[in-house]
Amino acid sequence: MSDRTMSKRLAWLPLLTLLAMLGPVLAGVLGTLAPAFGYLPAVGQTDWTLDPFRKLSDWPGVFSASRLSLTTGLAATAVSLGIVVLITAGWTGTRAFARIERLLSPLLSVPHAAAAFGIAFLIAPSGWIARAFSPWFTGWDRPPDLLIVQDTWGLTLTAGLIAKEVPFLMLMTLATLGQAQNSQSRMVAQSLGYGRVSGWIKTVFPRVYAQIRLPVYVVLAYSMSVVDVAVILGPNTPPTLSVQIVRWMSDPDLMMRLQAAAAALLQLALVVAALVLWRTLEILVSGIGLFLIRRGNRGVLETILRISGMVAALVTSLSIILGLASLLIWSFAGLWSFPDAIPDSLTMRSWMRHGDSIIGSFGQTMAIASIATLIALVLTIGSLEAEHRYGISLNARSTFLLYLPLMIPQTAFLPGLQTLMLGVGAKVGIVPVIAAHVVFVLPYVFLSLGAPFRAWDTRYASIAGALGSSADRVLWRVRLPMLLRPVLIATAIGFAVSVGQYLPTLLIGGGRVQTLTTEAVALASGGDRRAIGVYGLGQTLAALLPFAIATLLPAMIWQNRRGLRHE
Amino acid sequence: MKRSLLACAFALAALPAFATPNPSDWDAVVAEANGQTVYWNAWGGSTTTNDFIAWAGSRVLEDYGVTLEHVKLTDTADAVSRVVAEKSAGADTDGAIDMIWINGANFNAMKEADLLFGPFAEQLPNWQFVDAEGKTVQTDFTVPVEGFEAPWAMAQVVFVHDTARLSEPLGDMNALLEWAKANPGRFTFPQPPDFLGTTFLKQALIDLSDDTSVLQSPATEENYAAATAPLWAFLEELTPNLWREGRAYPQTGPRQLQLISDGEVDLAISFSPGEASAAIANFQLPETARTFVLDNGTLGNASFVAIPYNSGSAAGAMVLANFLMSPEAQARQQDPNILGYGTVLNMDALDADQRAAFDALELGVATLSPADLGSVQAEPHPSWSERIAAEWIDRYGVAE
Repeated sequence: MSDRTMSKRLAWLPLLTLLAMLGPVLAGVLGTLAPAFGYLPAVGQTDWTLDPFRKLSDWPGVFSASRLSLTTGLAATAVSLGIVVLITAGWTGTRAFARIERLLSPLLSVPHAAAAFGIAFLIAPSGWIARAFSPWFTGWDRPPDLLIVQDTWGLTLTAGLIAKEVPFLMLMTLATLGQAQNSQSRMVAQSLGYGRVSGWIKTVFPRVYAQIRLPVYVVLAYSMSVVDVAVILGPNTPPTLSVQIVRWMSDPDLMMRLQAAAAALLQLALVVAALVLWRTLEILVSGIGLFLIRRGNRGVLETILRISGMVAALVTSLSIILGLASLLIWSFAGLWSFPDAIPDSLTMRSWMRHGDSIIGSFGQTMAIASIATLIALVLTIGSLEAEHRYGISLNARSTFLLYLPLMIPQTAFLPGLQTLMLGVGAKVGIVPVIAAHVVFVLPYVFLSLGAPFRAWDTRYASIAGALGSSADRVLWRVRLPMLLRPVLIATAIGFAVSVGQYLPTLLIGGGRVQTLTTEAVALASGGDRRAIGVYGLGQTLAALLPFAIATLLPAMIWQNRRGLRHE
Repeated sequence: MKRSLLACAFALAALPAFATPNPSDWDAVVAEANGQTVYWNAWGGSTTTNDFIAWAGSRVLEDYGVTLEHVKLTDTADAVSRVVAEKSAGADTDGAIDMIWINGANFNAMKEADLLFGPFAEQLPNWQFVDAEGKTVQTDFTVPVEGFEAPWAMAQVVFVHDTARLSEPLGDMNALLEWAKANPGRFTFPQPPDFLGTTFLKQALIDLSDDTSVLQSPATEENYAAATAPLWAFLEELTPNLWREGRAYPQTGPRQLQLISDGEVDLAISFSPGEASAAIANFQLPETARTFVLDNGTLGNASFVAIPYNSGSAAGAMVLANFLMSPEAQARQQDPNILGYGTVLNMDALDADQRAAFDALELGVATLSPADLGSVQAEPHPSWSERIAAEWIDRYGVAE
């Protein structure tokens, strides 16, 4: 039958999906390896040597920069996870929890750079919080000379990362609660006299953690190697290792690329070491946990833990929301000096002067995001459908492969990819940038759509098949319409991920591809808060708009199909 | 071996006796430029500069059909690095960059490596208006320009102070040091190797040196340590009294203005006499901000634009460079409400109408008159700024 001969035509899609995700990463890592050991024909270096590593170790900042990368990454991950555990343990099933959930979800899509700008202004000694309490409470008529933003320990950088990673881990956790028998376990534990927090941590958390382990690793790798947030909130004497790698990459002296490549390998090694350390800690914690579970203690400090969880979740979400509010005010501000809590006057001037150029960047941003997301959607749905039809799967075991591109630090493979592209004379432009975006968009789209796609009741397919529909017709007329909402959510996530990409756009685009994010970070160097306000909001809007559409559209299309609205 | 010899022969043959397109045949340049897109890589951290560039783009599109794309850099070195990389990769035609806002060390590096298109600047029609006698437009940090970059603005170091907190100008670097000791935490400068931060180091070096003639030739192993000793002694005393005790620095010049506006510092260095007035007009500085220069004068130089050797739109880039030197563009950039940069033109070369546009400009509340700006000090040879920036980074840039 023709149906049979055609039937394997989707079979190559899972492989292509892996290739699109891992190909650039592997090529980039290879492109980093060679120059790190002295091989870069483009600058006439063809002798294998350890010189780049020697030069790297001669750089006086190498120890501090590596330490910063480790401490900020580990602290951001541990604290974010801690907050998510406390809030979920202390409040799941309550109305307050539902509210926090609704508060945190949209924050996931706020681009990192915009969140970092907002936080920088909130907590600076001359920032919004200080202004609100000055001079009537603090007595300051000039701001105190305190090193808060860009502190040499990277504490502000850590705080900025926590504010953005809590929403991510929170959503990942929520997605697992259903399978972790959350409410049943909690009830049983509580009826045995366990407190809310300790009962949840002892019964549900082990099951939840098994499922969010990979996202936690992603957070760890990301926090250790982030560039845009570190440029805005991180120290500069010296900066974090990743920021220094990017600086060396843009040095006019091309020999510095060798050193940058060596540093990129160091960054990779640091991330691997941190992951190993984290894994060791997991084993240690689970041992201690088992011991505590056996002891059967019913809970200590329950109320304090519950309250501190709620406070921490509120502080993280408020820091982003207030930060965005301050960007909004700055974008309309006339003169706004310390210690005024609000500007002297409001003006449309900043929006008028940046209007034209922001519309241009908005178009470019959206074009890249749409194409990258579309590619990711086609590959994802194709792979999932292939899995459904012939059992070729990217299933549980290969989920690790999905997370792999997110766990390799961007600074470890993007410089190599850029050098490689130059080496083969590839043109810069929008196409390579889109391909680089797909590397990051694809895993998120796949992870977001995978579960609902697989959970779809296949009996619908059997019925439709029995009524004479081909497999394609079932996909287009039954499955996808029923999955409209999850597909749209995956699309929105893809958009948000693409909009937020800084380093891939900058390095692969060769400066010619300008998105809202690259423009915003370039403006940040000038410190003009009005311009940053306009671009930061533009960036946030570009990421949030698809979410709004994803929420509203199914409700409109399925007005008369309650079951399809997935409410 | 044979192949590389052959390649050498081709490379030699390809060296043009004059630039193509030939800037002397201006009609041909204008004809070729029509429809071209010029990617101008210029630092993008200043809103006022970005606006000016966007305006220039709309004007060359209107008059010459040249589309201008402003590639906003965080550091000019990014653009140089791109051209170097393209040359290494053999991308000798239609590179990513058509024009760079450049000067000093980056110009020297690109010129020495034969990465520039030209000579073209002195063949541009508007060169007739340029004040080549009175302004330093034919040398850049002591390096002869030889037509490989076209001037478009004059710059001179001024210090911006908030008179509400620091009322009197400081006459020299020692006065600045004394004031900083008496008011710790109220001054900082952009972190070298930022262009303006390095300029502060050079300005301090010149002001603290008894004999600055040594700075006009390349730094050597013999003279470097002795010549820069006063600078390091000065910084040892100054750094603990800087904003945040020198443990953090603003990353760029405009960031300092935000710090003054936030009340965090009272004094900043600027390379544009009109920047403070423009910033007041844009609400970026309080109305009490003013500028001053040092008693012995301050550093001055010209801002240039250069065209990479592998630009595919050299004609369009020349049309743009020529437009930037036009009386129309120069009068606009000198307007303190727009940009407040100094003009490169000779007023006597302009006709009455053209001059009227300049005469109509008001200085701006915080801008010094040409007489008050005092004497302009010459830039040291680029080797000095490279070495002091590198030594500063070793001493203070990775200190924590």
